[in-house]
Amino acid sequence: MLKIENLNVQLEEEDKQILKGVDLEVPAGSVHAIMGPNGSGKSTLSYVLSGRDGYEVTDGTATLDGEDILELDPEERAAAGLFLAFQYPVEIPGVGNMTFLRTALNSQRKARGEDEISAADFLKLIREKAKALKIDADMLKRPVNVGFSGGEKKRNEILQMAVLEPKMCILDETDSGLDVDAMKLVADGVNALRDEGRAFLVITHYQRLLDHIQPDVVHIMADGRIVKTGGPELALEVENNGYADILGEVA
Amino acid sequence: MALPQAKTDETEARIAALDMPDGAGWAQAARADALRRFRAMGLPGRRDEYWRFTRPDALNAAHAPEAALFKHDEAPIFEPIERLKIVFRDGVFDAEASDDLSQEGLEIERLADATAKDIHWIKDLYGVLEARSQTPVPRPFAALNTAFATDGIVIRATGKVSKPVSLSYLHENTTSDAILHFVVRVEEGAEMTLLENGPAAARFNKCMEVDVADTAVFHHVRAQGRDHERHAVTHLFARLGRESVFKSFTVTANGRLTRNEAQIELTGDDAIAHIAGAALGDGDFHHDDTVFITHDAVNCESRQVFKKVLRNGAVGAFQGKILVKEGAQKTDGYQISQSLLLDDDAQFLAKPELEIYADDVACSHGSTSGAIDEDALFYLRARGVTRSEAQDMLTLAFVAEAIDEIDDEAVAGCILSRLEGWLHRRRGD
Repeated sequence: MLKIENLNVQLEEEDKQILKGVDLEVPAGSVHAIMGPNGSGKSTLSYVLSGRDGYEVTDGTATLDGEDILELDPEERAAAGLFLAFQYPVEIPGVGNMTFLRTALNSQRKARGEDEISAADFLKLIREKAKALKIDADMLKRPVNVGFSGGEKKRNEILQMAVLEPKMCILDETDSGLDVDAMKLVADGVNALRDEGRAFLVITHYQRLLDHIQPDVVHIMADGRIVKTGGPELALEVENNGYADILGEVA
Repeated sequence: MALPQAKTDETEARIAALDMPDGAGWAQAARADALRRFRAMGLPGRRDEYWRFTRPDALNAAHAPEAALFKHDEAPIFEPIERLKIVFRDGVFDAEASDDLSQEGLEIERLADATAKDIHWIKDLYGVLEARSQTPVPRPFAALNTAFATDGIVIRATGKVSKPVSLSYLHENTTSDAILHFVVRVEEGAEMTLLENGPAAARFNKCMEVDVADTAVFHHVRAQGRDHERHAVTHLFARLGRESVFKSFTVTANGRLTRNEAQIELTGDDAIAHIAGAALGDGDFHHDDTVFITHDAVNCESRQVFKKVLRNGAVGAFQGKILVKEGAQKTDGYQISQSLLLDDDAQFLAKPELEIYADDVACSHGSTSGAIDEDALFYLRARGVTRSEAQDMLTLAFVAEAIDEIDDEAVAGCILSRLEGWLHRRRGD
């Protein structure tokens, strides 16, 4: 599904290399996790894949089902099925959550040559998805993320994912700022979306989210590279011994 | 103090190009008084404090600069609203195109008819609120208006009026120079909504005096558009009685020069005055909101919300003042003026002012200028919304706070769809 080869990225503003040859392949139906210490380049990877400004790809490729996504605008990547759950969801005063989601869904449908969803069908869809994430009508009516708690923001991200039904989901530190109950709710939301045709890349600093979202493969990232790849046990190793041991071992 | 010779010459040339309409004795006296006021002030110049941001040249000229007609196929903005329609064509009342002026709870007359009568209720109002508002800041074009207004409507609301009164200003002559004067009196306990729309003329000078009696309610929503080359100067004078409510909203799209002045005086306790505006400018566009709110009673609330969206050389100006007089305790005054600059060529000039002589008041003001929030833009795009649509969503979100000031949802909907249309036509330019 997602294939990254020798990805090299630097900041546009300064001559600073962040990613130094990332190789990664996430097949359909699987959940991969990327763990790593702060500053290892995890979040940069998620931003580069989703098309945020400010980064320059100096070498390498990233493809989604064989299509080069690095050449696409963010909205084209979204329409192609890529989704990033933001570490810090943005507050947008004046734009209603529902309006936002419906516009997003219809924009993607239009880009794919599909018919727009009717207001009635959309309402039905969003009510059903919101219920599972314990998102009430008030949260749907409020402006996007404005006045939401940390947990509400993350649940709102998962709601968007559930409504947009992307095939490649990247979760950037979705566990940050969540208490145990909220984490369970978010994880349940993600697990409900696990499907043969869909893949997940879960970026996290801690192992605890991976208790709830069981990964198939765990990668350790450090200094802009994937330095170690293994099974779920790798996450436990990080949990028990910290990153120092692993990094020492591969250095 | 004598005016500089150049100013006097320009003022006299302006007067010489106009004819004072006939009327009853009181009306002639009111017009002559206004002319004296105008002569004493003279036309504004760039050295005048309240004209620092706006060049008055096109308004000062003896004759109206030509303005091409804007061809479009959009339905009139308030078409979906059931309303009493009053139509002006290049500043002349059009009886044929207007509805029958009789409506329950309302007395409506043409200005010329009202001013021809020896005794009329507007006798105590025509030019009176205008004259009261000439200090401390001179409003020469309002005095000019009172002296030379050729047409207009006077409205007295005596009860709760069921449907809005709608003034539509059509522009069909490329050199028309319209001077219209309106007087509105909302009697005690009465309630009415006034809608205004249209470009009006190549050059438009409009003055509206609104007297809101105790416990009366006045809603005002106006849409100024669409002709690109038009020039306009408008004045809205309001006096508010005890427990009265005054709410005014203006949307302005296009226009080479629009100067909207508003002077609102809260004279009765517990009155509420809200004034809001949204202006959209692209290119040769200069829009100036000059607002002066005087609190002269206890426990009154005033609120000013002005938003401007500017691009491609467009200029927005805001001068807003809250004056709290001695004894106007428990005043709650709020003022915000903001601009969204869609590119580096746009310009916003703001001068917020507070002058407070009471010690138990809550007044706040703020002014900001900024571009589209890149983080919000990326967030929307990352969810599949195209760049241009995301920009439009964020632009509408920016003006939403001003549109929220309109109480009537159907009317607010008309304004919103007009804004959406304006943005849509500029997609991908």
